[in-house]
Amino acid sequence: MNNTIFALATAAGRAAVAVVRISGPEAGSALATLLGSLPKSRMAALRRLRHPVSRETLDQALVLWMPGPGSFTGEDVVELQLHGGRAVAAAVTEALAELGLRSAEPGEFTRRAFEHGRLDLTEAEAIADLVDAESEAQRRQALSQLDGGLARLSDSWRADLITALASLEAAIDFPDEEVPDAVAERAAAPIRRVLESVSVAANDLRGEKVREGYRVALIGAPNAGKSSLLNRLVRREAAIVTEVAGTTRDVIEQPIDLAGYRVLLADTAGVRETTERIEAEGVRRAKAWAESADLRLWVVDGSASEGAWREALDLVRQGDLLVLSKSDLEPGADTAEAEDAADAEELVPVLASATTNEGTAELRSALERRVVRDLAGAGPITATRLRHRRLLNEAAVHLERALGVGAIDPELMADDVRLAARSLEALVGKVDSEAVLGEVFASFCIGK
Amino acid sequence: MSDWDVIVIGGGHAGCEAAASSARVGARTLLLTHRLDTIGEMSCNPAIGGLGKGHLVREIDALDGLMGRLADRAGIQFRLLNRSKGAAVRGPRAQIDRGLYREAIQSELATTPNLTVLAAAVEDLIVEHGRVAGVVDAGGAEYRAAAVILTTGTFLKGVIHRGDERIAAGRHGDQPAIGLSDRLYGLGFAMGRLKTGTPARLEADSIDWRAVERQEADETPVPFSFLTREITTPQVACGVTYTTEETHRIIAERLDESAVYGGRATGRGPRYCPSIEDKVVRFADKTSHQIFLEPEGLPGTAAGELVYPNGISTSVSAETQDAFLRTIPGLERTRVRRYGYAIEYDYVDPRELTPHLESKRLPGLYLAGQINGTTGYEEAAAQGLVAGLNAARAVSGQDGAAFARDEAYIGVLIDDLVTRGVSEPYRMFTSRAEFRLTLRADNADQRLTERGLKLGLIGSDRAEVFHVKQSHLRAARVQATELKMTPAEAASLGFRVNPDGKARTLTQLLAYPEITFGQLAEVWPELNRWPPEVREQVEIDAAYAGYLDRQMADVEAFRRDERLRLPEGLDYRSIGGLSSECREKLSAIRPLTLGQAGRIEGVTPGALTALLAHVRRAAA
Repeated sequence: MNNTIFALATAAGRAAVAVVRISGPEAGSALATLLGSLPKSRMAALRRLRHPVSRETLDQALVLWMPGPGSFTGEDVVELQLHGGRAVAAAVTEALAELGLRSAEPGEFTRRAFEHGRLDLTEAEAIADLVDAESEAQRRQALSQLDGGLARLSDSWRADLITALASLEAAIDFPDEEVPDAVAERAAAPIRRVLESVSVAANDLRGEKVREGYRVALIGAPNAGKSSLLNRLVRREAAIVTEVAGTTRDVIEQPIDLAGYRVLLADTAGVRETTERIEAEGVRRAKAWAESADLRLWVVDGSASEGAWREALDLVRQGDLLVLSKSDLEPGADTAEAEDAADAEELVPVLASATTNEGTAELRSALERRVVRDLAGAGPITATRLRHRRLLNEAAVHLERALGVGAIDPELMADDVRLAARSLEALVGKVDSEAVLGEVFASFCIGK
Repeated sequence: MSDWDVIVIGGGHAGCEAAASSARVGARTLLLTHRLDTIGEMSCNPAIGGLGKGHLVREIDALDGLMGRLADRAGIQFRLLNRSKGAAVRGPRAQIDRGLYREAIQSELATTPNLTVLAAAVEDLIVEHGRVAGVVDAGGAEYRAAAVILTTGTFLKGVIHRGDERIAAGRHGDQPAIGLSDRLYGLGFAMGRLKTGTPARLEADSIDWRAVERQEADETPVPFSFLTREITTPQVACGVTYTTEETHRIIAERLDESAVYGGRATGRGPRYCPSIEDKVVRFADKTSHQIFLEPEGLPGTAAGELVYPNGISTSVSAETQDAFLRTIPGLERTRVRRYGYAIEYDYVDPRELTPHLESKRLPGLYLAGQINGTTGYEEAAAQGLVAGLNAARAVSGQDGAAFARDEAYIGVLIDDLVTRGVSEPYRMFTSRAEFRLTLRADNADQRLTERGLKLGLIGSDRAEVFHVKQSHLRAARVQATELKMTPAEAASLGFRVNPDGKARTLTQLLAYPEITFGQLAEVWPELNRWPPEVREQVEIDAAYAGYLDRQMADVEAFRRDERLRLPEGLDYRSIGGLSSECREKLSAIRPLTLGQAGRIEGVTPGALTALLAHVRRAAA
């Protein structure tokens, strides 16, 4: 396997600059192939990158050549600062793959830095802590986890799985002794109990939402006043507001703090049938964001009467909030119609005016109540990150398989229970050391 | 130059296997034991094998050790335990004729090249320049060697308890070894005290066999050794009877006679082998406990005159033993040849040892068997084999050879001992092996014989049998993936296979519970040419398919940590981020690999990462 790795170090997607990082013994020769020659080490150089085979120009980039051991990973490192665009980054990374380099595993750069003694584990953990906790709720959640919330639950699972294993092992290891008949069958009940509880935790997304932000989409017809409302809620001119319908083309995401929770507000393009290509793409994105959001603010122009409110109705789900905007103006016919429709979906209407700021406070507190209800209620939060839910899901798969096999093959059942127990132990870190390290490093963003 | 390379003290199962393996790899070996006639004695129950234990015997055999082959000669009731369950948890077991086994071992040792057996009661070790240099016997004679293996079983400060009696003894009728025990204490070894027990021995002709149930041998005995083609020793049945409420009443009334309940014995006994007193106290609601009446030998032989009533080990007085035995169906008129007793003995904390079973405190000294806190002939023999091999290797300047947890039960056993220590006599169970589906009794040869060949442990007979089987097996495994059948063909033969158009290989077809090898052999007659042991392997491959692949991935993860070796003289005090508890434990055990460090009780993942970081940085 090739030991030289590469990865996009900046977030994927469109940006001014995209950084591709390469590390390993062949970093230098790969760079030389792309450039034709190696630049001076540790000096920024503007160079043309060419495809290794076709020699076609891939991009013009700021290139850094940092031979090891005095580099971030301790190996030979190359940094390519490309023009930020998916196509550019894709072309360059494809070229690197063609040269036989390997795409890095998550966290592999950090891991190599650690392995070469450039970074110790406490430093690595400090980076993680630094990245954590932006809002009060994130801080509290981290504290509660520190206090052992998940560990306690995992202890109770562990106890049940040990009970199950004991029944299975009794059937296996003591066939000639005085163990009751069909003792292996007793394993099913505790396994089922754990499976149920683990599945609940695995499907509880609250913890991740607290960490990553509760997503609220502002949706509605063009010119309903979504962007004005967003600006009022975030208390600055984040979105461009004009009287021209369809001003907002892309999704504009703005983080705000509500009741101590990190909330991601998204202004989206007004929804309507359109043949204009750019706007159509905006509408598509608006719909996609709204679909995956935790809550939608359905904004309807309260002064209108043309029935435009119907456009976004399909996106609205039960429990969303209806905002009747422009409440400073005379109410139009749409108000009553939208209210009727909202009633059917059990939406709570809020009157708001971006001009007078009327209703903003009320809307804000309605939002707060929703966020608190969705994130604080119904039992303690256990899983707080994807890693947790991944392990919980892994455990659930093993437990389901164990139940599927049944007591007729106790050694196979035991094997799955053991693996489930290990997945659950990995939650709190009781596993083989490389796995712990792997998890630690995987929790860092790739290439950072 | 010494007269010997390796001296083994003790003629039990650890000692015999140690002497044999040391001699097998070419070391000039001396076995010293206080009595030649008790070499290979089975001091406790007359049986070898079982779950986990049977696995160990197969592994000893795969490394060309003694126990499997000799048990096949002396076995008088073979039973494959868990026959109806999966291959990974089937355990070969046999009742053994005590006399036949002793004879077999003694004649085997007598003809083993490089091995000398002498009678001497060893009283002390010779220590020179911080190393062991030989031993001294009770008469003051010195025997010098570069390596000494102690396999003294329960003889270190052994005390037998029976009712009020308290007898210093290593085993019934044998003197304990006091001098050696004192020497080990003097050297500062961490020691502890354990306890075990044994039931009365009954005269076979005093048992009413018609009043008890019978447990027959398997119709087709499954031998221990990969070399044994056929079991020719006659097979006998065991009896099965039960204690009664009256038995329990008598024991409950006279409980204070027992060594433990009377407070006279302090050592920890095994939880999985409780005395009848323990059973009566701890399971007070049970009105009856099972007893196996195990003949100690074939009818008509001296050993066969006695029966071992398995399940009622006891340390109450002889009088009480007589009383409660008579309340058991079939034993109403039984005569006792020797009464049961509990024995307490010293053991050395096995964390004193390296994975090669060499003591860290006194280089050149190896310990194996019950002295390390284990119980059972098989556990003892397995350690003996490893100690003998390593002592011999060390003497000839070779590196130590350890077995890993993913390789053998022997590896699990020794790793558990030297990494985690013991709190009760340690017995092997299959549940101790995390890679149980891979470490099977049936594939011990495939797992270990190759390694044994490299280590020089394997004789030419076994090497040939092994190579022949391997070549058959390789060919069969290729065939098993090449022979294919479409779903339509399968359906025409009456097999219910998903009609997805995909051809199934022989292995895939065998994975269907309702398709048998016999049916497939009708389709592909060439399968009939496969030797039975080869066919069995292919069937197991099929039955465990998926699980075995998954386990291999697991094994890989395990090996990553095992490959990360910790430097020998690592100074744990110099590592930041370690708690003082962790530091102490790591310094005492001095793990060889990061994986082993992780298995030490109380070593946290955080400590491991700090350790790993330190080691990596030091290596950079």
